[in-house]
Amino acid sequence: MFFFSLMQFTASKQPENCLLGPESDSQRTLYPYVTGTSVVALKYKDGILMAADMGGSYGSTLRYKSVERMKPIGKHSLLGASGEISDFQEILKYLDELILYDNMWDDGNSLGPKEVHNYLTRVMYNRRNKFNPLWNSLVLGGVKKGEKYLGTVSMIGVNFEDNHVATGFGNHLARPILRQEWHENLSFEDGVKLLEKCMRVLLYRDRSAINKLQIAKITEEGMTISPPYSLKTYWEFAAFENPTQGAVGSW
Amino acid sequence: MFRNQYDTDVTTWSPAGRLFQVEYAMEAVKQGSAAIGLRSKTHVVLGCVNKANSELSSHQKKIFKVDDHIGVAIAGLTADGRVLSRYMRNECINYSFTYESPLPVGRLVVQLADKAQVCTQRSWKRPYGVGLLVAGLDESGAHLYYNCPSGNYFEYQAFAIGSRSQAAKTYLERRFESFRDASRDDLVKDALMAIRETLQGETLKSLVCTVAVVGVGEPFHILDQGTVQQMIDAFEIVAEQEGPAAEPDTEAGQEASAEPEPEQGAAAGEGVAPMDI
Repeated sequence: MFFFSLMQFTASKQPENCLLGPESDSQRTLYPYVTGTSVVALKYKDGILMAADMGGSYGSTLRYKSVERMKPIGKHSLLGASGEISDFQEILKYLDELILYDNMWDDGNSLGPKEVHNYLTRVMYNRRNKFNPLWNSLVLGGVKKGEKYLGTVSMIGVNFEDNHVATGFGNHLARPILRQEWHENLSFEDGVKLLEKCMRVLLYRDRSAINKLQIAKITEEGMTISPPYSLKTYWEFAAFENPTQGAVGSW
Repeated sequence: MFRNQYDTDVTTWSPAGRLFQVEYAMEAVKQGSAAIGLRSKTHVVLGCVNKANSELSSHQKKIFKVDDHIGVAIAGLTADGRVLSRYMRNECINYSFTYESPLPVGRLVVQLADKAQVCTQRSWKRPYGVGLLVAGLDESGAHLYYNCPSGNYFEYQAFAIGSRSQAAKTYLERRFESFRDASRDDLVKDALMAIRETLQGETLKSLVCTVAVVGVGEPFHILDQGTVQQMIDAFEIVAEQEGPAAEPDTEAGQEASAEPEPEQGAAAGEGVAPMDI
C-alpha cells in the first residue's frame, strides 16, 4: 500500500520555477525498500504495551526475520516503527543525539514521551515539506511521573494521541478489535492477550507479517522487551478446505 | 573604581587578573533602580521600583513576562534588558513549538549566561549592562536566578539588585528562612516590605512599585495597581499597631512608616525625587 503520487521528471532537470531546491547527485526518497509491517500499542494499568513482528520485507520477499522494530528512547519512552527500516535507524540516530544532549544538561529535567513525540512530529513534517520524507509510521509510548502517553506520527507528519494506536494494516485489522475490547486499567495479562489477538489476525491476513514477534512494556520503572516468540495458529477451519468451492468467476 | 590602562577593551586582562570592562558593566547594574525577587517552594515573586526620569515622564518597564511559567526583572541598561527578554521569549517559544512543553527555567538561564559570556570574550563586543532576576518554574519546583553581565548565574532563595539594594538584602537576609514554606500572599507582602527598604523614607505606594508573581497553577503575571495598593494598606495598618520596634531601622529617617497613610497620600503627585537624599 505505497503512495506513488510524486511527479517523475524523465530528464533530471528542474523547471525554472521549481521550489524543490538544489538537486545535485543526491536523491530524495522516492520509494521504500526494506520495510516493516504493523505496530500495535495500547495503554494499560501500569503503562504502555506495544507489539511488532520481527520481519523486514524486501518488496514481496520476507527477507529479514530478526529485525527489532521497537527501541527504548531515554528513560521514559518506547518507539516502534513500520515502514523503511533504514529510515527508522536514521531516526534512532537523531533521537540518540537528542537524548544525549538532554542528559548532558544534568539538571534534573528530562525529555518525556510527550516531548519526544512532538520532536518527531516536527522532524517528520519538515522532511515531508522538503519532499524527502522518512518513510515510516511511528508509535511513541511512555510513562512519566505517573502519566501514561501514547501517540503516533505518520510519514507526512500527521500526529495524534490515543488510548490505542496502530500503523499500516494494524489500523484496519487491529483497531476495530481494540475499539470493542479495550478499557481503562487493563491488567498486564489482559493487555498481552488483547495484543496477541490483534497480532494473530494480522498474521492471518497481512501478507508481510511473519510469525515471530516481540511485545514490549514500558512503565514508570522502565522498559522491558520480550524475547521473540510465535503465536499459535489454526488452519483447520472448514472454509479453508476447499476455498474456491462456490466461488464464481475465474479470478 | 578608577580609570587605568587595562580598562579600554573587554579582551584585556589586568595584571591582577581582572576584566575591568566586565566590572564596569556590573557597576551599571548597581546604578539602575532596584529590583528584588524571592521564592517559596511553589511561588516566585518579583518586584521593582518605578523610577521616572522626571515628573513629566512615565517610568520604564522593568518586569517582563517571558512565558507563562517564566518572568524576568531587570536592573541597569533597560535597553539591553529588553533585547535579552526578547531572546528569552524566542527561546521559550521555539522550545514550546518543538516539544509542546515549557522550557525548564534552569536551561534558559544557562543559555542566557552563555550568551552574556560571549560578550566578555570578543574584542568587537561589549558586555550587556543589565542584571536579570529570572523567576520561573520547572520539574523541580520554583526557582529564582540572578544573571550577571559577567556571564555568571546564581540561584537564590531571595535577592535584590540595583541602587540601594543592600537595604533590601539586609531585610531579606533576616527573613529568608521563612520564605520556603510561606504562602503566596505572605511572599508578596515580604516583597513589598523589601521594596520599601530601598525607598529610604519615601512612602510605599503602588505607584512607586511593580510586583509580579508566578507559581504552580498560576501563570506569570504582573499584579494590578489596585491589588498592590490594597496589600500595602493592609500591612501598613498592622505596622502602625506594632510600632516601629517591630521592624528595626537600618537608615535614619524611617519614621515615615509609623505615620498614618492619608497625610502622605495627599502629597502623592509631588513626591520627592529619591536622588535628593
